Amino acid sequence: MNAPFKSQQGPSRRDVVVASALVGGSLLVGCSPADLMSAGSKVEPGVFGPFIKIAPDGVVTVISKHLEMGQGNHAGLSAIVAEELDADWTKVRVEQAPANAKLYANGGMGVQLTGGSSAISNSWDQLRKAGAGARAMFVQAAANRWNVAVGEITVKDSVLTHTSGKTATFGELLADAAKVPAPTDVKLKDPKTFTLIGTDRVRRKDAQAKVDGTARYTQDVRLPDMLTAVVAHPPRFGAKVKSFDAAEAKKVAGVVDVFEIPTGVAVVAQSTFAARMGREALKVEWDEDKAEKRGSAAITQLFKDVAAGKNTETKWEAFDTRGDAAALNTAKDAFEATYEFPYLAHATMEPMNCVAAVDGSKVKLTFGSQGQTLDQLNAAKIVGCLPGSVEIETLFAGGSFGRRATFQSDYTAECVHIAKKVGKGRPVKLVWTREDDMQAGYFRPIVIHAVKIQLDKDGYPAAWRHRIVSQSIMKGSPMGGKGPDQTAIEGTAGSPYLKATPIVDAQVALPDVGVPVLWWRSVGATHTAFVMEHTIDQLAAKAGKDPIEYRRALYTKAGADRHLAALNLAVEKAGPQAAAGWTRGVAVHESFGSVVAQVAEVKLENGAPRVGRVVTAIDCGVAISPDQIAAQMEGGTCYGLSGVLFGEVTLTDGKVDQSNFDTYRVLRINEAPSVETNIVPSGNPPSGVGEPGTPVIGPAVANALFALNKTPTTRLPFVRSEN
Amino acid sequence: MAVTLDINGKPTSIQAAPDTPLLWVLRDELSMTGTKFGCGMAQCGACTVHLDGQPIRSCVTPIEAVGTAKITTIEGLGGQHPVQQAWVRHDVPQCGYCQSGQIMSACALLAQKPKPTDEDIDNAMSGNICRCGAYQRIRAAIRDAADTGPPLGEPHADIDEAIVAGSGATHRGAGR
Repeated sequence: MNAPFKSQQGPSRRDVVVASALVGGSLLVGCSPADLMSAGSKVEPGVFGPFIKIAPDGVVTVISKHLEMGQGNHAGLSAIVAEELDADWTKVRVEQAPANAKLYANGGMGVQLTGGSSAISNSWDQLRKAGAGARAMFVQAAANRWNVAVGEITVKDSVLTHTSGKTATFGELLADAAKVPAPTDVKLKDPKTFTLIGTDRVRRKDAQAKVDGTARYTQDVRLPDMLTAVVAHPPRFGAKVKSFDAAEAKKVAGVVDVFEIPTGVAVVAQSTFAARMGREALKVEWDEDKAEKRGSAAITQLFKDVAAGKNTETKWEAFDTRGDAAALNTAKDAFEATYEFPYLAHATMEPMNCVAAVDGSKVKLTFGSQGQTLDQLNAAKIVGCLPGSVEIETLFAGGSFGRRATFQSDYTAECVHIAKKVGKGRPVKLVWTREDDMQAGYFRPIVIHAVKIQLDKDGYPAAWRHRIVSQSIMKGSPMGGKGPDQTAIEGTAGSPYLKATPIVDAQVALPDVGVPVLWWRSVGATHTAFVMEHTIDQLAAKAGKDPIEYRRALYTKAGADRHLAALNLAVEKAGPQAAAGWTRGVAVHESFGSVVAQVAEVKLENGAPRVGRVVTAIDCGVAISPDQIAAQMEGGTCYGLSGVLFGEVTLTDGKVDQSNFDTYRVLRINEAPSVETNIVPSGNPPSGVGEPGTPVIGPAVANALFALNKTPTTRLPFVRSEN
Repeated sequence: MAVTLDINGKPTSIQAAPDTPLLWVLRDELSMTGTKFGCGMAQCGACTVHLDGQPIRSCVTPIEAVGTAKITTIEGLGGQHPVQQAWVRHDVPQCGYCQSGQIMSACALLAQKPKPTDEDIDNAMSGNICRCGAYQRIRAAIRDAADTGPPLGEPHADIDEAIVAGSGATHRGAGR
């Protein structure tokens, strides 16, 4: 999830377009999503505002507008409030906000959505003010009760203390504080005086529930009278149901109904197992007239032809043009490379699922919703109601990595269609099996990069031609915006290496393919970081320079101080040399406002790369939870490494070849590196953490292998099944 | 068919077809949802439970194959099992969905090998996928639970290496 939303603050004209595009119907045109969401909304903010509830026993509940899908944002968000409130951290709880864009929109997007590594950054000011405001109300209440000046009162761990020694707790002052008018202007702390933020006390609030089995995920929802549904999907993208025979399926004990929905044939049953058995007995004929029948090899070849200029129908969009690159056409000693990236599946541990109940024009969704506003709009469109009458109870999500935020709310919409047909408010849980999940598309697209670079007499880039061919994620979506799709170019666009190059000719082409594609943790950086960072090592080698020194020179030229600082910290902490038998590779990349540098130690085992120690440095602005930042660097590195080592979805004649973890290999504990995290000191506002750790390990490994055997990596994954 | 299973020390009667996987009996019939569905073919380990102390994949274990064996699920550990406490001390879970299975595999390992080597850990745990990539904390928590590694402190208590933001570079992860 990413940049396309970032330019706006709060609901804007684009939201109106979003709303009308998604909802349709002239009645609704002119409403912003916030207006639409608030229609019928039952959310009544408490006396301390929409983000803070305080109970008589002094327990502070922070209401999180963001989904917790593993990234640890509930720890960071509640710590921001606790810091400014001076609350006792051990008595702080977190609760998931209801769906209401007016109160809980992502400040960078105008809709309620968790993505783009923005949960902390977009909440920083908002939650600091919320915490400081509540604190001021308690201080005023104490001053009134004790008849003293507010300046004579201090707050620590939910206890207010007067200079005379009098004390009172939040709980004791609660009724009085609730009567104090909320302040319109609050003074925030000087970050130098933080006592919680930046300490290792900021730990997860959900760890206990996640180790004793009580954490509630969509898969665990049990409601009275609930039915379970599975759906028979077509074998190729874009196919439709031609006909189906449900006779045998309906004979399976526990199967309640079988019917067609827009995405296939739904089997509704009393239990998950019965629904699955019913689907096995179901016979469906598919209309494949409009289906995508090309295989991944053909799509890859098409993209390569486009990148090589062999396809004259291609529409190219320039995204960085400086100087005259014509000399590159005849340059004799230029560096040239083409890089190839496959489709990737997100493969979250919890496959996609949703619980919906539809009663007339009322909809209740209970699931790990990542884009509540989009889910409300899409559900409303199906049921024919105002989005505000779509209630969402957001649960923990068993991973997402981008998958749960789609413009179409794909599996959510599927569940709403089924619940609508079942009707009468009866809850239906849609369960996707691992096979459903892996074959449903929404992959990281196939991407081809082609570069041609001329070095100057000192060995630094003088002219840089860059061609990216990918499938657009944003195209056709209501949030597409103008200009080239940023999700395809980010990371090449804005690269310090391009900034340091006098002549640049960078363009992107985005051919249409009938395979649904989506952001995959770190989005464009999944490929741009690899291309930029691996190319730099090859250029350094061509110039006869050390790759670290080469980067330092380019960062200095580009004024990329944060890149330089992160690189220097990682290199310093890594120490002078790799352990015996290991070879080092370095990579640095900025994404979601944060810069990550890694020094990875790699060796070849049976021809495949093995990654041992990975020394990481991150500049993510103010570090709220150093431990969770480390957790995201560890996890992000594993996720990225899994993708570059093994990740590849292939299609044969339009059918996805992989179906489960036996055919879509992912990283296991015996292949996992040991990641050390170092945080660059910063007073800047917090920036992303969930995604920036993912894209750097790939090029770091490729660079280590290049150092080891002088062979560049031009095609991922490193370990291919046919090898 | 009526079957009586020994689950977490309690005889439990259920009505289910004999080929129903134990996972779906636990989750759908008994509302014991701590055991997770991940892949349905013994590839990911999210559904791991113990049968007479041995870790098995409940998604491919039909109830007719269970017989009188004692079934232990995540709920049977009680919440404060030393392995669960170690998991909390290290903040192992991210999304958390795989952790019931990870913990059941770790408990079985430690019951068999109280002082596992790194290789033992890799061998015992490589059947459990964590897509969040919490692997190094899983290793650390197992070592901690086995008392072979440095403890990280009490659950969610203050930790001495507190560093105020902006005052200096923090460093963590070494030795995990």
